[in-house]
Amino acid sequence: MSKTVAEKILSEHSRRDLKAGDYALSKVDFCFGQDGTSALIIDALHKLGVKELTARKRFCMVIDHSAPSPNIGISAVHAKMRKFAARNKLRLYDIGCGVCHQVILESGNVLPGDLVVGADSHTCTYGALGALATGFGSTDLAITLASGKNWFKVPETIKIIIDGKLPKGVYSKDIILHIIGDLGADGCTYNSIEFTGNTVAALTVDARFTISNMAVEMGAKCGIMYPDKKVISWLKKRGKKIKRKVYPDKDADYVSVKRYDASKLIPKISKPHTVDNVSNVKAVSGKPVNLAYIGTCTNGSLEDLVIASKILKDKTIADNVRLIIAPASRQIYLEAMRKGIIRTFIEAGGNVVTPGCGPCVGTHDGVPSDGEVVISTANRNFKGRMGNPDAFIYLASPATVAASALTGKITDPRRYA
Amino acid sequence: MELKGKAHKFGDDVNTDYIISGRYKFKIQDPHELAKHLMEDLKSDFYKKISAGGESASAKGRCAPGAKRGKRGDFIVAGRNFGCGSSREQAPLAIKYAGVCAVLAKSFARIFFRNSINIGLMLLECDTDAISDGDYLLVNIKRGLVYNKTKNMKIQIRPLPNFILKILKDGGLVNHFKRHKGFKF
Repeated sequence: MSKTVAEKILSEHSRRDLKAGDYALSKVDFCFGQDGTSALIIDALHKLGVKELTARKRFCMVIDHSAPSPNIGISAVHAKMRKFAARNKLRLYDIGCGVCHQVILESGNVLPGDLVVGADSHTCTYGALGALATGFGSTDLAITLASGKNWFKVPETIKIIIDGKLPKGVYSKDIILHIIGDLGADGCTYNSIEFTGNTVAALTVDARFTISNMAVEMGAKCGIMYPDKKVISWLKKRGKKIKRKVYPDKDADYVSVKRYDASKLIPKISKPHTVDNVSNVKAVSGKPVNLAYIGTCTNGSLEDLVIASKILKDKTIADNVRLIIAPASRQIYLEAMRKGIIRTFIEAGGNVVTPGCGPCVGTHDGVPSDGEVVISTANRNFKGRMGNPDAFIYLASPATVAASALTGKITDPRRYA
Repeated sequence: MELKGKAHKFGDDVNTDYIISGRYKFKIQDPHELAKHLMEDLKSDFYKKISAGGESASAKGRCAPGAKRGKRGDFIVAGRNFGCGSSREQAPLAIKYAGVCAVLAKSFARIFFRNSINIGLMLLECDTDAISDGDYLLVNIKRGLVYNKTKNMKIQIRPLPNFILKILKDGGLVNHFKRHKGFKF
């Protein structure tokens, strides 16, 4: 029977021959929680009363959503996580390590063909390595940590083929925003997506993560790419050898096939207050912005920081703008320092904050005030997302955000490319 | 199992940030306190409006065992893709602890769907176009029907797989797991 990548990975992990629509109990290769979800994981484990955590060595916790802690309530959660990790000899990445997804990818714990679950909706990021990775809630994660398994519904798969050479000043963020605008916030609900095509092949692995990261913004369970030489060398740098690679069968069943021509793309932007409210940057250019934010699990990679710093080099941001940069991990932060990128940001008038999620989830590190306009490289612009329901959030590529910080208004970055 | 109460209508794509904002979910651990901020950015004082439902099944302790007893037990009724966005389990918890009996929607986002089942919040997938804000509903899970008493009409519920119903019957995944010493497929 011909299978998609999701059908193959779930079949392997369940030791059953599965097709889309089947339910199965599957063994999980890696799982994790962050500080927004771990307190409830610990509570659920406590209620379960289990003595042994079967997946103990295949689990970690990351303190990233509010790092360092901005208030007593969150400090108590962090303390609870540290105590639980010490008592059960669990891996804990404490404040400053970075955003969970970047930290876990860098740790080399996710390999092609793996089944990974995380108590964070953007776990789908790892699909770019060829893994089936998906977000769970806390109780599901607790059950997975305790038993090493969980139940899965085998998803139907949508194939998205992206071909063509990306024009200058247009990036993987623009591709995924364009697709989300086209398919909508529930365009792929419960589906697995397989992203393929020569545009994807030409992208760096870091740029691919941006696309897989936002699969969930269309309701997808996972956003998978086929592992290639770039993935192999990306993992090799992290000391990992690939044991298996999973590709779809030739005549696998797809619920639909979508095609996009990347050569015709221009910079895209999500307007308030939904991610699928997408237009060309051109259509809203000139709108004054108050806060520009570069970072997050979507666009906080070294490559993203390089793109932004090239635009900001030897220049100063506009008077009406505050610029905040959060490298996605400590490794990226250090590398950006070595390259002089951090200096560029600070000289331009930017503020570099501790690697983590703070501004994106509205916990600290730059909450906008009433009526303010934010342009951000994040993945969500829901009302209230950055901590203030009366702010207006636009989502775009690091180049668009950097260009907008320079001019003080939403700006098409192609003139800087 | 029968549930009754008033419908509180919402639109499509209600995300988990709207259900419970990150402003609260990161710092408030008590679900009763979280519940007070339910849907706040969409309808201010929504929590207080739920109690207007009158007779409720949850008063008998049926559908929201953790919630405060009293005149609670209404329904949240929405369009497509309810619960999209983050993986926060605080979203279904806030709904449950606000005393809402069940959520009726045309479709649910997948993480929210799992989380709700896992904590024992009833979700009902059905066509919600014929339900207006304030309609009085009676839901019969066994028959798979919603009776809209205000409009005097019946709506079919899309049935849940048996093992999911079993988890709900056990009061959520933790209780299910404890009772059966694992998954009962």
